[in-house]
Amino acid sequence: MSAQISSARSGAVDKAGEQEPLLSIRGLRVGFRRAGDQFEAVRGIDLDVAKGEVVGIVGESGSGKSVGMLAALGLTSKNAVVTGSVRFNGDELVGKSSREMRKIRGARIAMIFQDPLSSLNPVMTVGAQIAEAVRLHQRVTRKQAMARAVELLHLVAIPQPERRVNQYPHEFSGGMRQRAVIAMAVANDPDLLIADEPTTALDVTVQAQILAVLRSLQERLGLGLVLITHDLGVVAGHADRVAVVYSGRVVEQAGVSELFADPRHPYTRGLIASIPNLEESRERLFSIDGSPPALGRLPGGCAFHPRCIYAEARCRTEDPPLHDIGGRFSACHFATTLPPFHSAALAAAELDSGSMAP
Amino acid sequence: MSRYILRRLIAMPFLVLGIVTIAFLITTVTKGDPLTAIVAEQQMSNPEVVAAAKARWGLDRPLPERYMIYLGNLLSGDLGTSFITKRNVGTDILYRLPATLELVFAAMIFGTTLGIVLGVLAAYFRNSLIDHGARLFALFGSSLPVFWSGLGLLFIFSVMLNWLPGPGRVDARLALPPGITGFLTIDSLLAGDWTVFKDALWHLLLPAFVLGWTVSGTISRLVRANMLDVMSREFVLTARAKGASEFRVVIVHALRNTMVPTLTVIGYSFAYLITGAVLTETIFSWPGMGSYAVEAARALDFPAIIGVTIVGGLAFLVTNLITDILYVVANPRVRLS
Repeated sequence: MSAQISSARSGAVDKAGEQEPLLSIRGLRVGFRRAGDQFEAVRGIDLDVAKGEVVGIVGESGSGKSVGMLAALGLTSKNAVVTGSVRFNGDELVGKSSREMRKIRGARIAMIFQDPLSSLNPVMTVGAQIAEAVRLHQRVTRKQAMARAVELLHLVAIPQPERRVNQYPHEFSGGMRQRAVIAMAVANDPDLLIADEPTTALDVTVQAQILAVLRSLQERLGLGLVLITHDLGVVAGHADRVAVVYSGRVVEQAGVSELFADPRHPYTRGLIASIPNLEESRERLFSIDGSPPALGRLPGGCAFHPRCIYAEARCRTEDPPLHDIGGRFSACHFATTLPPFHSAALAAAELDSGSMAP
Repeated sequence: MSRYILRRLIAMPFLVLGIVTIAFLITTVTKGDPLTAIVAEQQMSNPEVVAAAKARWGLDRPLPERYMIYLGNLLSGDLGTSFITKRNVGTDILYRLPATLELVFAAMIFGTTLGIVLGVLAAYFRNSLIDHGARLFALFGSSLPVFWSGLGLLFIFSVMLNWLPGPGRVDARLALPPGITGFLTIDSLLAGDWTVFKDALWHLLLPAFVLGWTVSGTISRLVRANMLDVMSREFVLTARAKGASEFRVVIVHALRNTMVPTLTVIGYSFAYLITGAVLTETIFSWPGMGSYAVEAARALDFPAIIGVTIVGGLAFLVTNLITDILYVVANPRVRLS
């Protein structure tokens, strides 16, 4: 474990160029106690986000990617046990009091959520909710905060912000609501924005608009952006670096082009192969056999081995740590010896037939 | 928004007419003979006396005519004369209603505050000792009959501990301030009479608590259920992510979203208690509407029964209207419809 941490950290330092990254997560674990039972939703997340960098976190629903980020912000429920280290601007967040965390949340680190329909309070005007975010962290009058809210709505390209500011969420469309949520998130010029599936609940055309808004803000404000998603397309188009999460752990971390060109973990390969391809008409979409393990019922060894076509005896007993394979990381015993990866479509065909097994 | 309220205001007169009509008709279909309330028992066999009584009270006229006469009188504010007290029913009610209103207002203040606070705490500290305690308190509040809890509390606080006065609205030996609002606590304050104010307040405490307890049970359970639902919604997480304090998250964001169903119950309880506080009024010798209704019903005092029914119906109409208006304040989505 300690070797893993040190190697991961040295890699991160390379990346950020001698200075500590904006956000640095090491060995983050989140356990829940329920009716005497204890299970771990997050079993060790390592992640770095540099200033102004866009990092994608990819994984299936229930893989722990959202819970991990919520835990980093101290937003998990009372029965959660969070261990590990989350350093933000060199400041350790795990173990901070809730009062100290409140000063950071919404001010230095903002987070937005999946469903714009329910992430705004239905009985408060949109403006009042944005102004609240401003007034929670800045000493300004109500009027100044409302003026700032108008400004922010303008910033996220909502037309007629002076009128819109006094409307209620139900008077906004889904895309508009998500824009308002983003406006609220950047109200205090945070350093880091964590977006948890920000486009999942939206129409495809609106998705593109929202991502464009996020990206332009990220560039303009120099935000570090964490994009939590299950959509590899979003990651491919917007992230600088990607962390792939499987059953509560980061299994691969690499620059976005490296990852797509040459994935070094069988799970990543499966994910990329299952992206629908418009040019190549295949009989059916590729999918990884089996389903992710249920919480608290992890198989021994590597959590992915029951679904892995490369699995060997060692994988059933030994859980591979996330290790450095030349400036990138993989948690596979065979990370460096996996056969070459050709293209998504070809890989899908090969993975399907299982002929690539070493 | 104004149109929404206007529509309800326009509907009011028709609803009132409906209430009056039903109240009037109900008395005519009862098996009881109102003459027994008017004519002494030994005179019932005397046809002359009976006929005179019938003519005197208009009972010899056909039903539609009586109905029209009643409506005509009602329009000029005359609720008719009580068979028993021989006073105008309106005067009787005006004397009784403030006592009940004062009691019900006080009970609602107790019940609503207690109910909301306990409901919020129970939801926030779900499955904790507080939650179980609140559940037990609510269970007793809504299932203990008022005549049991009322008598029990009277025994403990008035007889055993002697902390609070016994039944009644105020010490009978005190000279009362001029009746401006009819609320003893307010009238005595207006008159600057601290002795009466303190005495009236002490008298009010126990019956108001007993009534409020029953209401708080319903409200606290409802608030708890709604809070649990609302607290799991994403906007609560958003509020926390903004850096809002837990108090702010719970009160400003979550609680406000549970207000619509809560307002419904508060409004309903209020209207119900105006005529439904019979047992409490009886136990605490409270000279209010409930005890008046019981006396009227027992004596087949038809004008009084109709009068009480109309007032009870009006209470529902008015509280419903106020509740509707408050809905608009509590929930902006109503404003569209």
